[in-house]
Amino acid sequence: MFSFQQWAAQIHSFLLEKTGTYTLLIECIIIGILAISLFAILGLVLVLMERKVAAHIQIRMGPNRVGPAGMLQTVADTLKLLMKEGLVPRLADKFLFNLAPFLVMMVAMMLLAPIAFARGVQIWDINIGVLYITAVSSVSVIGVMMAGWSSNNKFAMLGAMRSGAQIVSYELSAGFSILCIVVLSGSLQISDIIASQESGWWLFRGHIPVLIAFVIYIIAVTAETNRAPFDLAEAESELTAGFHTEYSGMRFALFFLAEYINIFIVCALGATLFLGGWMPLHIAHWDGFNHLMDWIPSSVWFMGKTFFLIFLIMWFRWTFPRLRVDQLLNLEWKYLLPIGLLNLLLVTWIAIKGWHF
Amino acid sequence: MFIKEYIKEVYQGVSSLLKGMKKTGYYFFHPSEIITQQYPDNRHELKLPERFRGEVVMAHDDNNEHACTGCTACELACPNGTIKIITKMDLTPEGKKKKALDTFIYHLELCTMCNLCIEACPTNAIQMAQTFEHSVYDRNKLTKKLNQPNSKIREGVE
Amino acid sequence: MYAETQIISSSENNPQLKEGQLVINVGPQHPATHGVLHLVITLEGETIVKIEPHLGYIHRSIEKMSESLSYRQFIYVTSRMDYLSAHINNLGCALCVEKGMQIEVPARAQAIRIIMSELTRIASHELWIGAMAMDLGAMTPFFYTFRERETINDIMEQTCGARLTMNYMVPGGVMYDLHPEFVTRVRAFITQFKDKVTELEDLVTNNIIFRNRTEGIGILSKEDAISFGCTGPVARASGVDGDIRKRFPYTGYEQLDFEQCLHQAGDSFARYIVRIREMYQSIRIIEQLIDQIPEGDFQAKTKAVIKLPKGEFYTRVETARGELGVYIISEGGTTPYRIKYRSPGFSNLSALDHMARGSKIGDLMATMGTLDLVIPDIDR
Repeated sequence: MFSFQQWAAQIHSFLLEKTGTYTLLIECIIIGILAISLFAILGLVLVLMERKVAAHIQIRMGPNRVGPAGMLQTVADTLKLLMKEGLVPRLADKFLFNLAPFLVMMVAMMLLAPIAFARGVQIWDINIGVLYITAVSSVSVIGVMMAGWSSNNKFAMLGAMRSGAQIVSYELSAGFSILCIVVLSGSLQISDIIASQESGWWLFRGHIPVLIAFVIYIIAVTAETNRAPFDLAEAESELTAGFHTEYSGMRFALFFLAEYINIFIVCALGATLFLGGWMPLHIAHWDGFNHLMDWIPSSVWFMGKTFFLIFLIMWFRWTFPRLRVDQLLNLEWKYLLPIGLLNLLLVTWIAIKGWHF
Repeated sequence: MFIKEYIKEVYQGVSSLLKGMKKTGYYFFHPSEIITQQYPDNRHELKLPERFRGEVVMAHDDNNEHACTGCTACELACPNGTIKIITKMDLTPEGKKKKALDTFIYHLELCTMCNLCIEACPTNAIQMAQTFEHSVYDRNKLTKKLNQPNSKIREGVE
Repeated sequence: MYAETQIISSSENNPQLKEGQLVINVGPQHPATHGVLHLVITLEGETIVKIEPHLGYIHRSIEKMSESLSYRQFIYVTSRMDYLSAHINNLGCALCVEKGMQIEVPARAQAIRIIMSELTRIASHELWIGAMAMDLGAMTPFFYTFRERETINDIMEQTCGARLTMNYMVPGGVMYDLHPEFVTRVRAFITQFKDKVTELEDLVTNNIIFRNRTEGIGILSKEDAISFGCTGPVARASGVDGDIRKRFPYTGYEQLDFEQCLHQAGDSFARYIVRIREMYQSIRIIEQLIDQIPEGDFQAKTKAVIKLPKGEFYTRVETARGELGVYIISEGGTTPYRIKYRSPGFSNLSALDHMARGSKIGDLMATMGTLDLVIPDIDR
């Protein structure tokens, strides 16, 4: 079996031998290039996936003209967006207007750091990984607000205000569901959380309370990433395009890309916390089965779980109508938050008593 | 009681959402339900109904003869001024003068395919064709002359 | 400078607005208005203070145009008014001309007219459900309802020769006889419709988000519905029993057994459910007729040039959106002296301000969606 860890060690020792003191710098550059290329590939794949999922749900074929089976459709779209003129409204706050898409993008990029993509493939295994993700992801709301405010457009401003209220409130329930797993595994470090699921994923080991936490997590992150049915910030039929009404060309593409990267990250985190990250499906005392599962590469496990969750979120989007602003906040404060709090209590009880499998 | 209602509400809401997801999920996993046609690819098997109104055409037989007497009934019936008929005076073998069709001008760009001209035609000289790919790069190409060059009226059509 | 004050019309620079109010323009190009309707909305936060509809972006002067067209020709133009119920508009005009000519329409033509009208009504409501669900953010039902609508359009195309603007009704009957396959295809459609319409129940009707978005939103009381002149499903959802097919039966509706769908709530959900029930009633009407379409002529014998006697003629028909009145003044010539259409969309739109005041922008979309506005019908 090939292992990323071995490769990384080899490259590290090779660089250490050749370049000496500059090793860290060169490694940083390599990581940066890898992260950016991952971004580009993820954006293309996810947009295509969204369009294909939407098409098949809506009894259509989806893009099927550019490239084999429409695979290059998003490449063509990106090319089109690159060549498009990026307009800035005359009365817009130009500095903030230009800064906002990059801020949103940067936040998405920073969130990649603690994600474990496979066994040993992790940019930064910080010991407060989960806390880092919840903290940094809140910054993206500033980018959205900036975009909405600086556009000097009333639709954009309304969208940004909605987005602010939405992200701030839904972070609470997302945080509570994450806390459930932190309580069970006893660590904030991503690698520890994954290691704690070696004998089975938390979703299966933690009885019904973890299942509820998982459902709340999925709902909350759907809202946090501004996806339908919670896409009030860009509600098409109400606010035309919400906070990015005035954006065009590459600036719009950055918003668009950041949305999909954010989905990937929250789904990756969900997969890590509830479905064991890159950990294969293990069932206690079934050694033969466990051994068989270990044969599947860990990166395939991680990507499979993540894309399953992404599919789930896309499935939501193409099924449900949009909520209204006050209903959105009702759902959070009257249903998700109380249930989440009670749930956390139950999970803590289970963790203390050691009732989980 | 309050908590019971609360739980019932949550349960009903979630189950109604799951029902919808089941429906869309069914379509996702059954690609045979796809109904879209791949239009430019299926051009060969694309059959339009015989009554479909695509454009007005004038039928000519093998002898390059049509049935239009130039009576201008269609021109009068047309609500948009789509049809313009220019007549000429022909000499019959008996030496009499007779009105005949010179040019049948048809403005496809003005036509609304209302079928009133075909209804009005007493000799069934014009018909609706099933063509529908009318786009051209030059608007002038949409102004058509329906009678073919050197065509004449069929014997016996009055 | 003019452009700037137009763009930022908030309370800071517009003296007509109170502190904290702002004006947004929904339309003429906006995804929710389904056309070129322009709503000037005064907002306070997200709450609607006032709505001012601006019309005229798609005015084609159909009424004036009709004055220069003969009584055979002016019918096709009305397909372009409310293009979703083109058949019924044409039927209204044909009935008015027939009233003036005092001719009897053959029984076969009457049956065909009713079947076509009801098929049009189903197609219109199907499209409306999809478009309304899309207003509320659900994209997928649109495609499912379009599948059924497509079947109707195919049937129309086969019999009438066109899919949307058919021009099938002529004074004295219909333009052609039914296509030989018509009856079997309509029967197949009825089976398909009954099979597939239940999907909407799972996806839309019982969906908790949809229920919350529509129940109790945009309430129009019975008195207001009458005073605004609302007709069609909008009025029936408020309890006004004003179905023209029941009140003033035309072209043989009096012999048919169907119900007028009434609802008392008057909110957006009531308007939705009334339309769903109306589709079932339309299916019921078609089922009564499809097996016993009388034999005979499909068109009464009329003169080539129609002249109406001097006088005034008014007929009304129930389109998918409400009452369409056709009013012709004739001076005895071959063209009408004056034509006036009483279109349902215009009066239904006038109730929008009353219904949406005090609600959120999201509610406005639900309210406007359930009014089923077709903008060319409002502007003509």
